[in-house]
Amino acid sequence: MKLKKVFFISIITLVLNGCGDKSSTDLTSEVEEAAPSQFFGIAGYRVGPYGPSGAPIATGYIDYLTLLNERDGGLNGVRLSWEECETEYNTAKGLECYERLKTRNPLGPTAIHPMSTGITYGLIDKAPVDQIPLITLGYGRTDASDGRVFPWVFPLMTNYWSQASAIVRFIETKEGGEKSLSGKKIVLLYHDSAYGKEPHEILKVEADNFGFDLVMIPVPHPGNEQQSQWMRIKKEQPDWVILWGWGVMSGTSIKTAKKVGFPREKMIGNWWSGAEVDTLAAGPSASTGYIAANMNLSGKNFEVVQEILKHVYQKGKGGDESYVGTVLWNRGVAQAMLTVEAVRNAQAKYGNTPMSGLQVRWGIENLSLTQAKLDELGFGGMVPPITVSCENHEGPGVVRFQQWDGEKWVSISDWVLGDQKLVRKMVEESAAKYASEKNIEYGCSS
Amino acid sequence: MSFFLEVLIGGLLAGIMYSLVALGFVLIYKASGVFNFAQGAMVFFAALTFVGAQEKLGFPIWAALIFSLILMIILGVLTEKVVLRPLVNQPPISLFMVTIGLTFFVEGLAQLMWGTKVYPLELGIPDEPIAITLTRWGLNTDAVPNVLKEINSFDLIAAIVAGTLVAALAIFFQITRVGRALRAVADDHQAALSVGIPLKTIWAIVWSVAGFVALVAGLMWGARNGVQFALVFVALKALPVLILGGFDSVPGAIVGGLIIGALEKLAEVYIGPYFGGGIEIWFAYVAALLFLLVRPEGLFGEKQIDRV
Amino acid sequence: MFYREAGQFKKSYKEDQAILPILQDKIGVVVILLIAFVAIPILASDYWLTAILIPFLVFSLAALGLNLLTGYAGQLSLGTAAFMAVGAFAAYNFELRLPYMPALVSFVLAGLTTAIVGIAFGIPSLRIRGFYLAVATLAAQFFIPWLLVKVGWFTNYSSSGVITTQPIEILGFVFDSPAKRYFLVLSIVAFLALVAKNLVRSNLGRAWMAVRDMDVAAEVIGIKIMRTKLIAFGVSSFYCGVAGALYAYAYLGSVEPDGFNLDLSFRILFMIIIGGIGSIMGSFLGAAFITLLPIFLDIVINEGAEILNLKLAAGVTSIMQLLVFGGLIIFFLIVEPLGLARLWQIAKEKLRLWPFPH
Repeated sequence: MKLKKVFFISIITLVLNGCGDKSSTDLTSEVEEAAPSQFFGIAGYRVGPYGPSGAPIATGYIDYLTLLNERDGGLNGVRLSWEECETEYNTAKGLECYERLKTRNPLGPTAIHPMSTGITYGLIDKAPVDQIPLITLGYGRTDASDGRVFPWVFPLMTNYWSQASAIVRFIETKEGGEKSLSGKKIVLLYHDSAYGKEPHEILKVEADNFGFDLVMIPVPHPGNEQQSQWMRIKKEQPDWVILWGWGVMSGTSIKTAKKVGFPREKMIGNWWSGAEVDTLAAGPSASTGYIAANMNLSGKNFEVVQEILKHVYQKGKGGDESYVGTVLWNRGVAQAMLTVEAVRNAQAKYGNTPMSGLQVRWGIENLSLTQAKLDELGFGGMVPPITVSCENHEGPGVVRFQQWDGEKWVSISDWVLGDQKLVRKMVEESAAKYASEKNIEYGCSS
Repeated sequence: MSFFLEVLIGGLLAGIMYSLVALGFVLIYKASGVFNFAQGAMVFFAALTFVGAQEKLGFPIWAALIFSLILMIILGVLTEKVVLRPLVNQPPISLFMVTIGLTFFVEGLAQLMWGTKVYPLELGIPDEPIAITLTRWGLNTDAVPNVLKEINSFDLIAAIVAGTLVAALAIFFQITRVGRALRAVADDHQAALSVGIPLKTIWAIVWSVAGFVALVAGLMWGARNGVQFALVFVALKALPVLILGGFDSVPGAIVGGLIIGALEKLAEVYIGPYFGGGIEIWFAYVAALLFLLVRPEGLFGEKQIDRV
Repeated sequence: MFYREAGQFKKSYKEDQAILPILQDKIGVVVILLIAFVAIPILASDYWLTAILIPFLVFSLAALGLNLLTGYAGQLSLGTAAFMAVGAFAAYNFELRLPYMPALVSFVLAGLTTAIVGIAFGIPSLRIRGFYLAVATLAAQFFIPWLLVKVGWFTNYSSSGVITTQPIEILGFVFDSPAKRYFLVLSIVAFLALVAKNLVRSNLGRAWMAVRDMDVAAEVIGIKIMRTKLIAFGVSSFYCGVAGALYAYAYLGSVEPDGFNLDLSFRILFMIIIGGIGSIMGSFLGAAFITLLPIFLDIVINEGAEILNLKLAAGVTSIMQLLVFGGLIIFFLIVEPLGLARLWQIAKEKLRLWPFPH
């Protein structure tokens, strides 16, 4: 009975506290400074089935922001502050995070990386109203590359369709150059979800153009058992397998390929199936030879990584050193860099104060990072040069291929560009359809 | 035809992997009438503890094995003491729900203790077609029929492990004193209690044994998928096996696993392409459901007779 | 003291059958409705409306639907999210194919569509019981999202399979702000809750409870088992379908089939268990608890860490949440297996006597 009483009281206090004002609790963020800071709202995921992929990205993102504070004292004299919100890769939780991060700073959360396609879709209609730019590196709405229809969404670097097209180009060079794909057979092994369906259309067109046979085999979520899919692959006897996996599925695919004796050298993963978490899950030796397309290179040999190790980790302010230099951690760093450079760009126009969402949007849309600029930032070789414009919110659209050598990823190609004409045509068609459904006026006015 | 056989055998062996998980469910249901949803989380916890002890504490394999076994037993005993004992005589749905709460708790505990990273798990068992393994061992494989050559050596070991496990459990139930007491408890709690069987001890033992089964399942699945959070999903593979085999039958778990595995793979390979594929996730459930319509208590489940 | 029924007499059958026979209850409900309909839209911030109150109401409705099936008719279901998906996608297609239809009509039609699907998946319940049935409803949980992904027509052939909902429009009035959407959801939920309350007091509700308590006995006294169970599935699915439509239209604005996964089904099941099985009010209490708890824990754990001057590694907060969440569910079931609704009853009894001990 006593237990019940305690319990009842705790419920009441819980409810009362829950109704209290919460805006004062700003905890994972840096200590509040007297001077206004540039506030970064970070939506990430570190727990749950996709936590192993989300944690390095969020860590890299924060490590880079810490670097700027520690080394440069912020950005042009403006300190950087941030708060991370756990989305668990869940759309509903992601929306709650977005609403929460929005209220944390009068200027808004700079720009949001939703880190999930589902959350991106949920935010596309909200972002213009709240004037918060969305940056979606390698996920989200592909046709948002057309900035005339989606002024607030930036799928920077490259999108799924560019990637699929680039993978086909890469296979062609591997097979021995032009026209070598004719009569070959390629299997697309994909996660049976909205994400896995992304490359279908473009691969079908490419199959016609190149004359290869395309067989598409879905793996039901979560994909931790793929006996039957690989039985089918064995029966089909494909020349190549393109792996469009996510979470536990990617590692299991590699492992099952070994199980049925399919050569890993003939498997190409996309960037969500090409990180250390995937090869480690399958076992480092089982993954040897496995190839993956990527938008950024892994490794510690980049100046920025060394800087982070020196200024952040040696001072004990880093997240988790075992992530440093991995594919996903580097991607997190690159994401942070792009966001920060957009702010810097905006500051050049509007003055060295904290920037609002509207100003940051201008900063992203007019972003131009040349090779020289990347070298200066320490990102030379890790990411391709990128130029954004109102028409083209994507940028270069190139990917690079890395191969697992049993211990680490090794780059085996230069930046590969897909059929950008085709990709652009599909993007514009799809964006036009969306614009007419939603009655959006095309425009590049702002 | 040989492809059909290959799929069939592959399916049967995949089914054994499901049975390994299903066994844990059956043990607890049989002894205490609890549908323990946390079994998947226990599998995850066990596997993560095994690799975590090696990676973080630097234990050798045997010590890690003993360490994780001890932790599983502690977890089992604590579950019985803290969670289930206060709920004696509550309706089954409350017990089921409490195990869902337990699922969250165990998942959180595992990640708090060992982190959220992915660990590879190498048991030293080759995972490749058996012909390759045999050739590597310098054996001549000419006499082996082609269909058998394609059997995966890891699957084969898994089948042997599962077989041994079931045999050991059968002996344990049939011969030992504790085992007999356990069967008595399963039959009728109150009658067992009235003849002096210590119910609480028995339940603690059952939860420990289920923890052990979870460890075995965790190691086998962990070697396949890598040790990561997604291991909790293996429970979803075990549920149709349970419906088909019956919640309270050990042989049912094995036979159900074989049937579900084979049906699922055959359906995916032969029927799947007509529907755009990916059907196996629900096909197993639908197959089990259709079977239930004929036999509502599952293949080996105990028939319930209703009286007013 | 505060909750005394003494002196309140029922002088006619009508009074005896009133939903709220006691004066205090009447006042209480009026106050709650006033707060919900008047005070909250004026006072609450957008964050509260969009991130907390609207999801709370939507989940309450889904929990109510599940509670009718599980709490009143005794049929355990783990397919709630799938039925919500049917509702969401049905509403989307009705709006898409018949653009001039008021949103409310689409929601009702979506509910009816879901009811038909629900009845179809309820048929096995005639043979199967208990956990076997629960696992069988998983067939629906996996089949429906699969179908929605596979058949492009449902998503209007969107390349990614995600649907973005149309604006909610009823006879030219567009519900475009959080407060307006909240108002719409609240009205629908309040109305359906009233219907549910009356339903479970009716002949049908009593038949459900008879089936729940012992279906053989119910059959013996002349209740048609098949009809009763299937109606339970139908009505429950109707509620879940409307909840799904509101989830898509008023809350998220865009949904994908994979969003309606098993986790969501479990969340809703938690709500009714924690709130109280077989209680209309319990559905609301449970939904409030499950919606608020993670947000609340987030704050408490962070604040606690700050007070104790601990620097929690990133991600640990989320794991702690998981631990506390699981622990609380266990704790709840041990302390009060009948849920929050039962606690409320105990509180009422206490209030009746207070400040005197007996």
